[in-house]
Amino acid sequence: MATAVASHAHPPTSTGLDHRKIAIWAFIGSECMLFASLISTYLIYKGRSVVGPFPHEACDPPRCETHLNAILNIPVTSVSTFVLLMSSLAMVLALAAVENRGKPGYEGILGSSKLWLLVTAILGTTFLGFQAYEFTSFVHEGLTIRTNLFGSSFFTLTGFHGAHVTAGVLWLLTLLAIDIKRGLQPKDALLVDISALYWHFVDVVWIAIFTLVYLIR
Amino acid sequence: MTDEFTHTNPEIDVHAMGEVHEHPTWREYKWVALILTVITVVEVWSYYIPSFVASPAFVPILLIMSAAKFAIVVLFYMHLRYDHKLFKALFTGPLMIAMATLISLLFLFGKFVHR
Repeated sequence: MATAVASHAHPPTSTGLDHRKIAIWAFIGSECMLFASLISTYLIYKGRSVVGPFPHEACDPPRCETHLNAILNIPVTSVSTFVLLMSSLAMVLALAAVENRGKPGYEGILGSSKLWLLVTAILGTTFLGFQAYEFTSFVHEGLTIRTNLFGSSFFTLTGFHGAHVTAGVLWLLTLLAIDIKRGLQPKDALLVDISALYWHFVDVVWIAIFTLVYLIR
Repeated sequence: MTDEFTHTNPEIDVHAMGEVHEHPTWREYKWVALILTVITVVEVWSYYIPSFVASPAFVPILLIMSAAKFAIVVLFYMHLRYDHKLFKALFTGPLMIAMATLISLLFLFGKFVHR
């Protein structure tokens, strides 16, 4: 009896595309709708908080019991936004290092997928550190998830995003462990590509959040 | 034969799985990062100009800059510009639904009504 052997270059799928890559794009599409619902909720509640602290304006008595400053710290968040943008650059360099391993021009630092995966994970962790600092300072200034509509929608939206970044960092560290253990080769590029797609999606969600929540008053 | 850690089949050419063109080079990635940084700096800088913040152009211009950054990351870093049309459809379809839902909800809750 003849046995079918997958010796050709294309994967045996009806679309000719790898199922894992189709799955990650479908997942990212569904995530778009999740974050759109969270951003919608934030925008609908925006400006409807009865008590302070407020995002962009100070609150004085009698509206608030004591003077409360505008709570958003734009300089700090701008730096954390830059950190996340640079993590996307490190991620594409990690993917390029795996895809082009052994090719001319990809020797040394540029071809070190371990380095770029580590840099991406460190930058992601730094972003999470900024978020932890921000959340802590907000709580110290009197804003919790139960204080007002702004607090509820803000912590839910940015908390969900932070959870996604955390998952991304864990994913990157898993890839880094595989790379250290046996080295990621060009045949593994799809695995790095899928994690990179997730990481960049987390980045584009923050691009939207940064403008809609932090910059637009 | 399946790889111990990743279940990768070495007989399958992963580069053929939906990649229509080669990805950008690291020099192009570097330029993309620079453009993203410049747009972010302009966004933050505009936030600190009171006359611009008070003008009706402030929100539309910020939204355009944000959309540009979003598109640049999706097209170049996520390689959607070079990828198979099915991937483009899987992303842009839900994105359009999400945008339509967001705008509809804002209309429903009166966010576009001038008081």
